[in-house]
Amino acid sequence: MNNRRGNPNVKAKNFKVAIKRLLRELKKYNILIVISLLLAGFSAILSISAPNRISKLTDKISEGLVINTKNFEDITTKVTTNYKVALSSIMQINDGSYYKDVLVTKEDKISIMNNNVPNKFKNILLNDITIKKTTITSKDQIKFLNILSTLDKNEKNVKVYSKLDKLPKSISKLIEPKMDMTKIKQISFYLMIIYIMSALFSFIQSLIMTYVSNNFAKRLRNNISNKINMLPLKYFDKHQSGDILSRVTNDVDTLSGTMNQSLSSLVTSITLFLGSLFMMFYTNYIMAITAIVSSIFGFIFMGKILSKSQKYFKARQEELGNLNAHIEEVYSSLNVVKVYNGKKISDKKFDEYNKKVYDANKKSQFLSGLMMPFMGFIGNFGYVCVCIAGALLVKNNVITFGVIVAFMTYIRLFTQPLSQFAQSLTALQSAAASSERVFEFLDEEEMPKEENTVYLSNNINGNIEFKNVVFTYDGNDKPTINGFSAKIKAKEKIAIVGPTGAGKTTIVNLLMKFYNIDDGDITIDNTSIKNISRENIHDLFTMVLQDTWMFDGTIKENIKYNNSNITDEKVVEICKTIGLHHFIKTLPNGYDSVMSDNDSISSGQRQLLTIARAMTKETPFLILDEATSNVDTRTEELVQEAMDKLTKGKTSFIIAHRLSTIKNADLILVVKDGNIIEQGTHNQLLNKEGFYAKLYNSQFEI
Amino acid sequence: MLKLFKNLHKKDYIFILVSFILIIMQVWLELKMPDYMSKVTVLVQSDGSRMSEILLNGLYMILCAFGSLISTIIVGYLVASVSASFSFNTRKKLFNKIEDLSMSDVKKFKVSSLITRTTNDITQIEMLIAMGLQLLIKAPVTAIWAVTKILNKNYTWSIATLIAVMVLLVVIVILTVIVMPKFKIIQKLTDRLNNVTRENLNGIKVVRAFNAESFQEEKFDEVNDNLTKRQLFNQRVFSVMQPVMFLTMHTLTLSIYFIGAILIKDSILSGKITLFGDMVVFSSYAIQVIMSFLMLAMIFMMMPRAAVSVRRINEVLLTDMTIKDGIKTKGKEKGTVEFKNVSFKYPDADEYLLENISFKANKGEVVAFIGSTGSGKSTLINLIPRFYDATDGEVLVDGINVKDYKLESLYNILGYVPQKAVLFDGSVNFNVLYGNNVTKNRNEIIKRAIEVAQAKDFVEKLDKQYNSHIASKGTNISGGQKQRISIARAIARDPEIYIFDDSFSALDYKTDSQLRKALKKYTKDATTLIVAQRIGTIMNADKIIVLNNGKCVGEGTHKELLKTCEIYKQIANSQLSKEELENE
Repeated sequence: MNNRRGNPNVKAKNFKVAIKRLLRELKKYNILIVISLLLAGFSAILSISAPNRISKLTDKISEGLVINTKNFEDITTKVTTNYKVALSSIMQINDGSYYKDVLVTKEDKISIMNNNVPNKFKNILLNDITIKKTTITSKDQIKFLNILSTLDKNEKNVKVYSKLDKLPKSISKLIEPKMDMTKIKQISFYLMIIYIMSALFSFIQSLIMTYVSNNFAKRLRNNISNKINMLPLKYFDKHQSGDILSRVTNDVDTLSGTMNQSLSSLVTSITLFLGSLFMMFYTNYIMAITAIVSSIFGFIFMGKILSKSQKYFKARQEELGNLNAHIEEVYSSLNVVKVYNGKKISDKKFDEYNKKVYDANKKSQFLSGLMMPFMGFIGNFGYVCVCIAGALLVKNNVITFGVIVAFMTYIRLFTQPLSQFAQSLTALQSAAASSERVFEFLDEEEMPKEENTVYLSNNINGNIEFKNVVFTYDGNDKPTINGFSAKIKAKEKIAIVGPTGAGKTTIVNLLMKFYNIDDGDITIDNTSIKNISRENIHDLFTMVLQDTWMFDGTIKENIKYNNSNITDEKVVEICKTIGLHHFIKTLPNGYDSVMSDNDSISSGQRQLLTIARAMTKETPFLILDEATSNVDTRTEELVQEAMDKLTKGKTSFIIAHRLSTIKNADLILVVKDGNIIEQGTHNQLLNKEGFYAKLYNSQFEI
Repeated sequence: MLKLFKNLHKKDYIFILVSFILIIMQVWLELKMPDYMSKVTVLVQSDGSRMSEILLNGLYMILCAFGSLISTIIVGYLVASVSASFSFNTRKKLFNKIEDLSMSDVKKFKVSSLITRTTNDITQIEMLIAMGLQLLIKAPVTAIWAVTKILNKNYTWSIATLIAVMVLLVVIVILTVIVMPKFKIIQKLTDRLNNVTRENLNGIKVVRAFNAESFQEEKFDEVNDNLTKRQLFNQRVFSVMQPVMFLTMHTLTLSIYFIGAILIKDSILSGKITLFGDMVVFSSYAIQVIMSFLMLAMIFMMMPRAAVSVRRINEVLLTDMTIKDGIKTKGKEKGTVEFKNVSFKYPDADEYLLENISFKANKGEVVAFIGSTGSGKSTLINLIPRFYDATDGEVLVDGINVKDYKLESLYNILGYVPQKAVLFDGSVNFNVLYGNNVTKNRNEIIKRAIEVAQAKDFVEKLDKQYNSHIASKGTNISGGQKQRISIARAIARDPEIYIFDDSFSALDYKTDSQLRKALKKYTKDATTLIVAQRIGTIMNADKIIVLNNGKCVGEGTHKELLKTCEIYKQIANSQLSKEELENE
């Protein structure tokens, strides 16, 4: 990870860089991502091909609307010829004689000439004709002729069809529209397969992306968690834990969520977009240009909205952050806010921030909401443009109808992904911001690796020497520890006292290698701590802090912390020594009571628990940093006894406000402004009547 | 959910109503558009149609689209307004409510949770309104309208549509049933992940001192694994959703065409053309119906998440106000505090934290409270500014029950300094004069207060002295410095009664004693109540009250108590040497 620090671009708040970085991190999943993107592409290509088939299906169905004109004309010619022949032969027959056994009168002749065939002739007048194996009787032919005579060329199709409905079966069978059911079935089957495949592809695709994004998120979270323990403590002095927390959860969630949804929809929309673009130019370039020109200002407008709303979204996050900070301040200081009648002030500030959030909210929400309807409009606009341009081209015989129909689909396919594209881009932008934050944290400078270290075992002597130690906290001008020197003999009890801000805790922090000294040296049995690994040092020291840190877990777990060798009996024994056993027994689950939901444990009791935890560790050194400031003085006495047992045979450092705690120390170091100003035993220092004496006596003054 | 809608103003309801009308218009225009679209299509396809006719119908269609666009934009604006104003109002209401909550309620909810409720949870609901409100109106209107358009066309098609809708509903219901309980678990696991990380961050020194990095990381890994597994499961289930929906939609269109083909084939000649037209229309409206069901489904998917937020917000808003404001603005006496048989326990607790406490502090007196951790001294003193109300008995300030005071008036009498110094984001001046109404001699008052609080030295060494910026919670100055500014704030109010809740423990002995000396000089007339752990801090008090397990076990001066009170003697012995005690 170290080599990444050299990259000057990492810190740049740059969308492109952030995305590039993200892609680099995703390398491990490259194959899966490529497969998934391919599937998304396939799915999109299938989507492009589906409308074509649907229009084919429509064509086939509409074929079923058109009558068989060829047969119709055949029948018409045959029947009319037949009728003419019959008519001329019946005219040649004398009145009163027979035509096919039927008497023909003069009136009959006249009415036949007027196309009004008397009933008695209907079945015999015309000879049967056969078209495509269908025999049409004389009666049917006459019916046909009657209907034919009522047809009008200018009539609407529906009217014509309802007249044709009255045709005799034999004829209607011949002329009725033939629908190619096998072809329709075939297309439908084909479409069904396309749909199922497309669904299947997008399902598999989304499964893969889900896997990738979740595992990526898991890895990022893990990396962040590991990183926390790799960073020097100085990092945490400057950064708030809430911010790091938000990177673990919020930012990683945003990142994985976007990857899951936007990446594939981005590919789908790009494929759709390019595919339809290709198909359009392939079909007709004039129409293609029309389509593009008509939607181009949609592009521009969209870009405008996108960049604008981005600004407001950012503003919104910022204003929310300000509001959040104010709310946090007020809620966590509610007692003071109340008693000092500070509500007016906090309300005023709150209203101010809240109003700003309201404004930013409204604007960003509105602008981002514009995108979809606008793209819809552009789609419709393009549709009409294509129709008009198409109609013009058809008039000039440049293209056929089919081209227009195809373009109507393409323009939809062309504009539809744009809005999707825009949405994914917005999402990607927020993902970029999140990824920037995550990687910024992961790229922080870690504690340097320790090489060539000497290992010190637990049975060392225990002499410690500070040699002209100088240390300045990052961002401070003045050193907190300035030329601190002290020799500490093994097994001694050392007390460090001094006013707040004198640097007492800092000395301990340096000794524990939580921070690295700027100048000078600290040695343990003449080995510089620079040559001892941090882990080794931590193993040599037992530390009890003022901060009564307990983790979410049972009391037993908290005492055993990271030391599974300790038996339960040992835990009980330790607790008995420091007088905790009885209290723990009164808890509902005894040693198995969970700390988090147990408000009945006071801070003093928590402090005792941290002492119990320290007592599980057998080390040559002991540090007690204000370890008893949370317990009352009576409990402290108990703890003091326990601690005396704890400090026996160990080199121990005690930092305390309460000077009573340290009266029996072998050496008291009085620290002020980062340096020792007095040292000696309690009595020596009192006799000196210097700073320590003043400090000591001040506790009895009013 | 509905309860929260009360937070919308009249204007918002008008906006919603207008949106409703506009959306109906929008749906009408959108359903009208296919008519013109098919007209244009037919015109283009048929020979000999005039260009002007195509242009006219095309223009109509664009007009429809444009009208719908305009109405969508307006609706978008209105809805954005409504949702933003919802969160604005609700947040304000919640903030004010939380400011008025009793400290025990605040403790119950936890500050961090109250913060999330005021920000995150409200944002969740706002999102639902912003996205959902439009869909919620549009979906049913479109569905009903589209259904009426196709209702009498043909029952086979209707059945096909019905089946498709049923399939979708069943899929949605099944997925929701599978996924929903997991959502809750995921939420919990996210909390847990946060907790473990927080643990590591807060205890970073302990973690390192114990070489427990891998221990913490293992813990994190376990939660992380668990979370990833559940999330993966949920998202996998959701992966089914989209393909199934699109498949259903496409299959429906195909079915309508296929059924149409069969119907047309079997129909008499004159029926065929009508059937064909119906088929095209039906398929486009059927998709509208399906789409609106999908929209509704989307809202219902969003609902449960928002519902959790709603519950969390209402929980706070519906909390009974246990601390009610009184009406009295003035006391009968000056500078007195009296407890009459006061007992206190938390509302749900069985055990009393304070039992039968009685004492009186007169004007100008110093009364101190001492006792072991958990003896109830802080609780006792917190009854005076009504952070909690006494369960039994009376707490009187200036001769009047604190419950009868108008809170503002009560607070004007008190100068309270908490155990943990609280500072606000702002200058030293701002912090010292926090909540102070004085208008005259502000600078002198500040300087004076800072001087008495022994903060002059370090404040005047700061870059901009009294105008120096103090970060929120005073993170840029040391603990002792914070406490001194916090004490200066109380002094600047020049109150009748000072309350120091263990405020001196963060100071070293020297500063502690200097401060008390200066304070004594400055506040001659004021009554002072001090909670302390150090005997030295309170030795010279006019009255010391010794507490043990919530009961008063001793009352008197230092000397008296040394003789009469065993517990006091033990405390004193633990802090002072024999000689020191005898020297007294």
